[in-house]
Amino acid sequence: MNLDFSDDQKFLQDEAKKFFDKEGGLTNARAVMDNALDSDNELWQKIVELGWTGIRIPEEYEGLGLGHLELCVIAEELGRSLAPVPFSSSVYFFTEALIKFGNEEIKSDLLPKLVSGEVVGTYGIAEDTHQATESNLSVAVTSEKINGVKIAVPDAGVASQMILVVKSKSGTDLRLVDLNDVSVTITPQKNLDTSRAFFKVEFKDTPSKLLGESGKGWTYIQHLLDQAAVLFAFEQVGGSQAALDMAKAYSMERFAFGRQIGSYQAIKHKLADMYIAVTLAKSNCYYGAWALSSESAELPLAAATARVSATKAFQLCSKENIQTHGGNGFTWEYDCHLFYKRSKILSVLLGSEATWKEKLVTNLEKTNTLAKG
Amino acid sequence: MDFNDTPEQAKFRAKCREWLEVNAELKENKNSGHTDSTLEDHLKVAKAWQQKKYEAGWAMLHWPKEYGGIEASPIERIIWGQEEAKFNVPGGIFEIGLGMCGPVMMQYATEEQKDRYLAPMAEGKEIWCQLFSEPAAGSDVAGLRSKAERDGDDWIINGQKVWTSGAHYSDFGILVVRHDPNVAKHKGLTFFFVDMKSPGITVKPIKQITGQAGTGAGFNEVYFDNVRIPDSQRLGEIGDGWKVAITTLMNERLAVGDARGSDIEEALILSKTKDDAGEAMIKNDSVREKLADWFCEANGLKYTKFRTISALSKGEAPGPEASITKIVSANKLQEIGNFGIDSGDMAGMLIDENDGVSSFQGAWLGAPGLRIAGGTDEILRNVIAERVLGLPQDPRADKGIAFKDIPTKA
Repeated sequence: MNLDFSDDQKFLQDEAKKFFDKEGGLTNARAVMDNALDSDNELWQKIVELGWTGIRIPEEYEGLGLGHLELCVIAEELGRSLAPVPFSSSVYFFTEALIKFGNEEIKSDLLPKLVSGEVVGTYGIAEDTHQATESNLSVAVTSEKINGVKIAVPDAGVASQMILVVKSKSGTDLRLVDLNDVSVTITPQKNLDTSRAFFKVEFKDTPSKLLGESGKGWTYIQHLLDQAAVLFAFEQVGGSQAALDMAKAYSMERFAFGRQIGSYQAIKHKLADMYIAVTLAKSNCYYGAWALSSESAELPLAAATARVSATKAFQLCSKENIQTHGGNGFTWEYDCHLFYKRSKILSVLLGSEATWKEKLVTNLEKTNTLAKG
Repeated sequence: MDFNDTPEQAKFRAKCREWLEVNAELKENKNSGHTDSTLEDHLKVAKAWQQKKYEAGWAMLHWPKEYGGIEASPIERIIWGQEEAKFNVPGGIFEIGLGMCGPVMMQYATEEQKDRYLAPMAEGKEIWCQLFSEPAAGSDVAGLRSKAERDGDDWIINGQKVWTSGAHYSDFGILVVRHDPNVAKHKGLTFFFVDMKSPGITVKPIKQITGQAGTGAGFNEVYFDNVRIPDSQRLGEIGDGWKVAITTLMNERLAVGDARGSDIEEALILSKTKDDAGEAMIKNDSVREKLADWFCEANGLKYTKFRTISALSKGEAPGPEASITKIVSANKLQEIGNFGIDSGDMAGMLIDENDGVSSFQGAWLGAPGLRIAGGTDEILRNVIAERVLGLPQDPRADKGIAFKDIPTKA
C-alpha cells in the first residue's frame, strides 16, 4: 500500500510552496484584483522559468516529461496561494489536449512554445447560461471555419491559442484556433472573482485545426474535464487548507469576553468541521491522483468524487473563515473574501456541484460492487 | 502510488492466509457475520478460537516477545486483521483485554502477576474488562466518584461503574477509583485490577434503546459494595490513577475503528432495486444527491485509512487524519439507516416477523450509541480542535479546586 506522493514529488511541492510564499503569496491575487489585470505576468514568467508549464510535455518536445502526480502537488500550492496565473487553462486543458489528441505537426509546433512560455493556451466549452451539452452546442464548424460565441473563457486576454468543442457534421469536434486571427473578437466579462479574468470569444469564419478524430470531440472534452477535475480539486484542497489556517490563526489572536475566541466550542467545532471536510477532500483527491496517474478506468468516478468533495470543502472553509473573522472578515482589507470568491469560481468553472454529483451517481450506477475499505 | 503490498508484507499476508485457510472457513459474503444462538455458545466458540490462535502464535501479535507476542508492526496487525475479517470467526470478546488491560499489566504489574495473568488472557481462558465510566463521569471521566478507602493491606471500594462492555462474562477488570476527594480532580485517582468474582460486585446488564440487554459484548452497570482489593493489585502509585488510565486509553485509540453496519453499498443496492411499479429510487434526484454525499464520505474515509496504512507501511508515524473516522462514519450510519427505513414508506416502521430488525433499522437504532461511545461527537470535535489544530483548551470551572468542592448542581 503506497497511497502517497514520492519523496521527489513532496520535495517539488515544498519548493512550490516556498516559491509562492517568496513571490508574495496572496498579495499577487490582490494586486490583480485591485488593478483589474488579466493575470500576474511577472509571476507567470517565473513559473515558466521553473519549467512547470512543461511538466507533462515529453522531453522530445523540450518538456520535463513528468507525470500527473507532479502536476497534482503544484496544483495544491497554486490553490493555497490563489495564484492569479493562466496555469489551469494552459496546462490542465490546452497542453493536455495537445499531448493526447494533437497530430505530430501541431505538437512539434506548439508544445516547445508552451514550455518556453511563447504560447499560452486556453479552452472554451460554455456558450450560454445553461449547462453545455453535446446537443445544445451552437458554435459550429463548416469547412474548417468556426462561427459562434463561447463565454466564460478563462485567460483569453493573455492566451494566443485555444481549444474548443464545436458542432460538426459528424457530431462534435475538438478544435484548435489561433486567437490572434483577425476573425476573433475577445471581450472581457465581469465576474465575481476579479483575481481571475474571463472573456467572451466570438468567431467569424475563424480558421481551425481538428484535434483527434472528427465526431469524438465530446468524448475528448469529457476526458479532459475529468483530468482537470482532479487537478482543480487539489487547488481547492490547497485553498481550503489555507482558509482553515487563516481562521485558526485569527481565532488564536482575537479575544472576546476576556478569552481567545478559539477557546470557545462554537469556534472549535466550526474549525473541526472544516478540518473534517478538508481531510475527506484530500483523501478523495489522492484517489483521484491515483486514477489520473495510472490511467485507470475508474477516473470518471474518482474525478467526480474528488471534485464534489473538494468543492464542498473549499466552499465550507472559505465561508466559515469569514464567519470566524466576524466584521473584519467582511472587509476588503482582510483576505477572507479572496478565498470566498476563488472557491465560487472553482466550484462552477468545470460545471456546478450538481452537475458533478450527477456524474458521480451515473458512474456509481454502472458499477455493480464497491470495494469497501 | 499503488495499492500493493511490499514483498515482506505480501509474504506476511500469505502466511496469515495460509493458516486461516486451514483453521477457519471463509465467509460466504463479506457482510455475513459470526452468530451463535446464545451468549454461552458464543463465548465457548470465541474461547476455542482464541486458544487455537494462541497455540499457533496469532493471538497477540503486537505483544512483546517475552510475553508471547511477535512484536508485530502496526502494518502487520492491520494485515492480520484484514485477512481474519474474511473468515467466519468469532470476535468482540478479547479486544479489551489484549488491547488495553494486557499492555497496562505489562507496564505496572509485578513479575509474579504478569506470570499469573498474561498467559491466560492471551489464551482466552480469562476475559478482562475496563471499569472507567460512571453515571456522573462520561466525557469528563476524571470526575469519577467511586471511592477507595485504605484498610490495612486492602482497599475497600464503593460506588458504581457504567457502560462496561462484557462485565457480565469477564473474570477480571481494570479499575480507576478516587482515593482522595480533598485534592484536585486528576490527582485523587488510583488504578487497580480486580477479580470480577469478588464479594460485593454486582453486574447488571443495561437495556439499551435497541431493546437489547446482556447480548453479545453488551454494556453493563457494575456496582461495588464494600469490595476488598489487596493493595498488591494496585497498578502505579497512589494518586497516579489518571496517568495510568491515559496510557490505557492511548492503547485503546489504536483499536478504535469506523462504525460497522449499513453503508453506501447497501444504500446503493437498495436504491437500484425496483419497486412493484418497476420504479427504482435511484431515479429520484433527492436520492441521487444523498448517494453522492455518502459516497464522498465513505470513499474519503476509505482513502484516509489507506493514507494511514501507507504511512505505517513505510515505518512512518501516520498523520492525525484518522481522527475524523468515527465522527463521520457514525453520522453517516445514522443517515443511511434513516434512509433505508424511509424507503419502505409506511411499511418502513414495521419489523419483519421472521427476519427481525433489518440492517437499516439496526443501523438507525444503534447509531445514536456510536455517536457517543468512545468519545462523543462533541468531545471528538474538541479533540480535533485542541490536539490536531492546536486551539486553546476550554477554561475549566473545576481547575485548581479540591474534588469535593467541584459544583455538581445548579
